[in-house]
Amino acid sequence: MAAPTGIKSPTRARIAARTLRTDRWWLYPTFTALVLLAFVAYATYRAFVGEHYFAEPYLTPFYSPCVTTECVEGSSHLGTWVGDWWPLSPAVLILVIPLSLRLTCYYYRKAYYRSFWMSPPACAVAEPHRRYTGETRFPLILQNIHRYALYLALAYNVLLTYDAVMAFKSPEGEWGHMGLGTLILVVNAVLLGLYSLSCHSCRHIIGGRLRSFSKHPVRYRAWGMVSVLNGRHAQLAWASLVWVAFTDFYIWMVASGTWSDPRFF
Amino acid sequence: MGYDLQMKVWRGDATGGELVDYTVPVEEGEVVLDALHRIQATQSGDLAVRWNCKAGKCGSCSTEINGKPRLACMTRLSTFEDGETVTVTPLRAFPVIRDLVTDVSYNYKVAETIPAFAPEPRPADGAYRMQQVDVERGQEFRKCIECFLCQTVCHVIRDHEENKPQFSGPRFFLRYAELEMHPLDTNDRRQLAREQAGIGLCNITKCCTEVCPEGIHITDNAIIPMKERVVDRSFDPVTWLGRKIFRRDQLEEAQVPQSRAE
Repeated sequence: MAAPTGIKSPTRARIAARTLRTDRWWLYPTFTALVLLAFVAYATYRAFVGEHYFAEPYLTPFYSPCVTTECVEGSSHLGTWVGDWWPLSPAVLILVIPLSLRLTCYYYRKAYYRSFWMSPPACAVAEPHRRYTGETRFPLILQNIHRYALYLALAYNVLLTYDAVMAFKSPEGEWGHMGLGTLILVVNAVLLGLYSLSCHSCRHIIGGRLRSFSKHPVRYRAWGMVSVLNGRHAQLAWASLVWVAFTDFYIWMVASGTWSDPRFF
Repeated sequence: MGYDLQMKVWRGDATGGELVDYTVPVEEGEVVLDALHRIQATQSGDLAVRWNCKAGKCGSCSTEINGKPRLACMTRLSTFEDGETVTVTPLRAFPVIRDLVTDVSYNYKVAETIPAFAPEPRPADGAYRMQQVDVERGQEFRKCIECFLCQTVCHVIRDHEENKPQFSGPRFFLRYAELEMHPLDTNDRRQLAREQAGIGLCNITKCCTEVCPEGIHITDNAIIPMKERVVDRSFDPVTWLGRKIFRRDQLEEAQVPQSRAE
């Protein structure tokens, strides 16, 4: 049997308990796991169902851009250049981008390492693993590609902003329309944009990598602004996640005829 | 107004020990360290507890209170519920010496491995100059009081003793970041941060930030920026290509320090 390690190491104070914390430390990992699992289940279903994702002029972010010939008429703002060879739902092609950003995001790493991998489940609560190599080996060393996921996500945000702008067109193609769906898509684009811009890699690229701020005053100023957003990165991560699911749900309901979209003007 | 506080204090040494019950008369406004001192003065004169300034500035009285790494001198008794038992143990990431005193020399050994500040040659007038924005950036890191609460809560070494030889811990990632962001420093510590300090072992679960009594944003302002700099140095193909094209790699290799001792 291997020698005891960690808090059971022979030189450390002999305390049997895994933790002596008396607060509800399990609340955060449990809640996080439940919300993430619920999102993954919902997103998986919606990504593969392949219907009720477009209600003129609203296109759900899960299917934007819709680029296969399978896309319903009017939903392909960028054309159907992928053609018909793609066997799965068009959403699967697209969701890889936001998924890679969130999977490698520094905030979500904390969230899922604690909630799913229990490494550790909470601060000063012993983890159950006998060995630990962190992010030094495959596959977790791939977390270092986070900045590339960010670049793709920023391009994706441009498309979502385009969708939000197009939602100001009426179903007949006239500008000057606004419904509740338009507002929801605008909020979605703003939240996802802020979440991406508040990213730690973005903060680094904008100015954090500099050794001297004083020699780069413009980048220093930009770094300061991103740093303010970065302080709210976790909140933006949750808000944008919940809102994107809500946006999809709203458009699903409109597209399926369950409810109609209230029109402001 | 005084009251009786129920406490459990770990008593023992490396050969064994246990949580011992105490009932301690305390006063309103007191902190956990006051209660420990009262135990020393009135009930167990041989209770070992390390302390010094009693003002949250020396970092000596680091313990674990109700399972959380905290400074005993900065933990007010009023933060506990009425009738709540306060449990105090030594830091659980380091070898125990006696009672609440642990051997934190691991940290001093790590500190010795970090190459010292290596400024560029002085300009002709002999005066180094730094702009205020550059001074302010490192100021946060210099608030560290070396209480080692971040080290003891870090699961990389707390739960895996075998990682200690290849992992520096959050306190020293602060030091790496402070030097790496210093405009006058000439060393490139990115390779050392990866190979010697083991920054890849950190999975940024932010416990170090949660327990820091100085409120330093260790993860966001030191560890993640250092990880990103390591990505620049070792994982990003675009920056790798840029280094090759502009021949910066030869300059950088020449400036990678080995360690303070060398």
